[in-house]
Amino acid sequence: MSRITEAFKDHKAFIPFITCGDPDLETTRACVLEMVKNGADIIELGIPFSDPTAEGPVIMEADNRALKSGVTTDKIFEFTKELRKEVDVPFLYMTYANVVFSYGTEKFMKAASEAGVSGLILPDVPYEEKGDFEEICDRYGVELISMITPASNDRIRMIAKEAKGYIYVVSSLGVTGERSDITADIGSMVKLVKENTDVPCAVGFGISSPEQAGSMAALSDGAIVGSSIVKIVAEEGANAPQKVGALVKAMSDAVHKAS
Amino acid sequence: MFEIKGRFGVHGGQYIPETLMNAVIELEEAYNRYKDDPEFNRELIELYNEYANRPSRLYYAERLTKELGGAKIYLKREDLNHTGAHKINNCLGQALLAKKMGKTRLIAETGAGQHGVATATVAALMGMECVVFMGKEDMERQALNVYKMRLLGSEVVPVTTGTGTLKDAVSEAMREWTRRISDTHYCLGSVMGPHPFPTIVRDFQAIISREIKEQMLEKEGRLPDAVIACVGGGSNAIGSFYHFIGDKDVRLIGCEAAGRGIDTFETAATINTGRLGIFHGMKSYFCQNEYGQIAPVYSISAGLDYPGVGPEHAYLHDIGRAEYVAITDDEAVDAFEYVSRAEGIIPAIESSHALAYAKKLAPTLSKDKIIVVTVSGRGDKDCAAIARYRGEDISE
Repeated sequence: MSRITEAFKDHKAFIPFITCGDPDLETTRACVLEMVKNGADIIELGIPFSDPTAEGPVIMEADNRALKSGVTTDKIFEFTKELRKEVDVPFLYMTYANVVFSYGTEKFMKAASEAGVSGLILPDVPYEEKGDFEEICDRYGVELISMITPASNDRIRMIAKEAKGYIYVVSSLGVTGERSDITADIGSMVKLVKENTDVPCAVGFGISSPEQAGSMAALSDGAIVGSSIVKIVAEEGANAPQKVGALVKAMSDAVHKAS
Repeated sequence: MFEIKGRFGVHGGQYIPETLMNAVIELEEAYNRYKDDPEFNRELIELYNEYANRPSRLYYAERLTKELGGAKIYLKREDLNHTGAHKINNCLGQALLAKKMGKTRLIAETGAGQHGVATATVAALMGMECVVFMGKEDMERQALNVYKMRLLGSEVVPVTTGTGTLKDAVSEAMREWTRRISDTHYCLGSVMGPHPFPTIVRDFQAIISREIKEQMLEKEGRLPDAVIACVGGGSNAIGSFYHFIGDKDVRLIGCEAAGRGIDTFETAATINTGRLGIFHGMKSYFCQNEYGQIAPVYSISAGLDYPGVGPEHAYLHDIGRAEYVAITDDEAVDAFEYVSRAEGIIPAIESSHALAYAKKLAPTLSKDKIIVVTVSGRGDKDCAAIARYRGEDISE
């Protein structure tokens, strides 16, 4: 069982996301430590991209702030390596194809693996294009995460069969960001996944409250929350870590209790 | 002729969020069903001819030829099309296809506003809803086109993210498409983005080179020695090149926007200054920094102000079939003024990049050579901006 999959073993998993370097790496570090203290089971670390086409305004602006602060892929590798010494929960990187490709896919995966990163999410790399990345990911023990969405329909089976780590179930159409209602039939999507693989499913996109996190986890194996956390960082800056910790506590409690 | 599953050599592909995959697959299936359908093609040709004023003229620019004193210069007059640019060729094709697919709403990005106006026009013609995404900076540069789109019944959404230009308008249109796919077709304006767009847009623009070939054979009884067109994403260029790709003796020359120069950061000359990357759904050349962050590009021309280039151009560059040269703002503005005076034709500032290169090339060639320059659009939209560039403040 992979390190990521293992995080789903005892209970449903709560997976928070944060953009590295927003507004600086010191704040990111403090936020990650708070997340771990408050029940995060896996952490998605965002490597900022100048033009993140799958993101809504909250994460787009976080990427801008991070890039303006001067953070780079190399600095994030260094940062992750240091953080790994303090933190045991699995890390994933979330970024865009060009950040990896332009760095050199092999060089990127080697550095990610040396920094103790277990998985990678590339929202602009669908099933059809994953080959070039996945082969190198596999070689370095980095699991390439697959996404399914309410528009995937008959593609779910094919995607699930080859999925690793966890399946990122996108809750609704559109880009990342908080939504008051999630109307897609998550239950049916998860059911279709389960018929084809044992890899756990975590639901993300639009989850903004502990109640939503709990109900999404109840339908699947976990919940992913990004924009709500990043919004706190945007508002509080260097004072964000404690508030992030409190939100993660409420969300992870709801997720861990869900059945 | 070159593509295998949406690839042009290593370029192309479908680097898009999973949410859009079924939409592009549906589009590809529909396109394959209709592209050789006689009824579809009859309807499209009728729209081209009766509505858009095709075929466009291949005009012998006698004064330009004499003044430059070298090769014979022909202008392919895409500026005479309805809406004043080549963009209508693609929009009519895509809108007709979208209608057959049962879509009722078009969304589009626009830089200079020419593609936005063309999309708004066909949406009005076909009774479809239309939303155009346009960078806030471009809306200021091209205020008249914004007015036209609204007049035609479209909504124009200002894009303030990123650099507020064409690249950000594409990103916003892609984001909107992931929000709403069931009734919406993304009418992409250039030979870029994920497969099948580069192929579909090329096929709809290939009418340009088909006509050039026929008209040139009729007028001169032979093929031209060179075909020159400007390249942003590259739709008028690929349209101008396509039917000549197999004719190895015809030089194909794409003119990129060098902005203030390819040795400055204020440039949009992708093939000349960029490197291989993955963005906006495709693998191709992009202006980017060492960490793959997309560069904020610059050109006086809003239509060429894009950090990438269509994958088929990247491929034609790789195999050496087409040449890509960089033309500065200054050279383009000079050509804009020169051609206006020499021929009584005010070319778009985008097309002026191609004319600027023709101005350099023609005198180096002998009088028995023939070059064709595609005038992709008319320059009325640019007059105020060029006046400002020359230090004259006029109101439109």
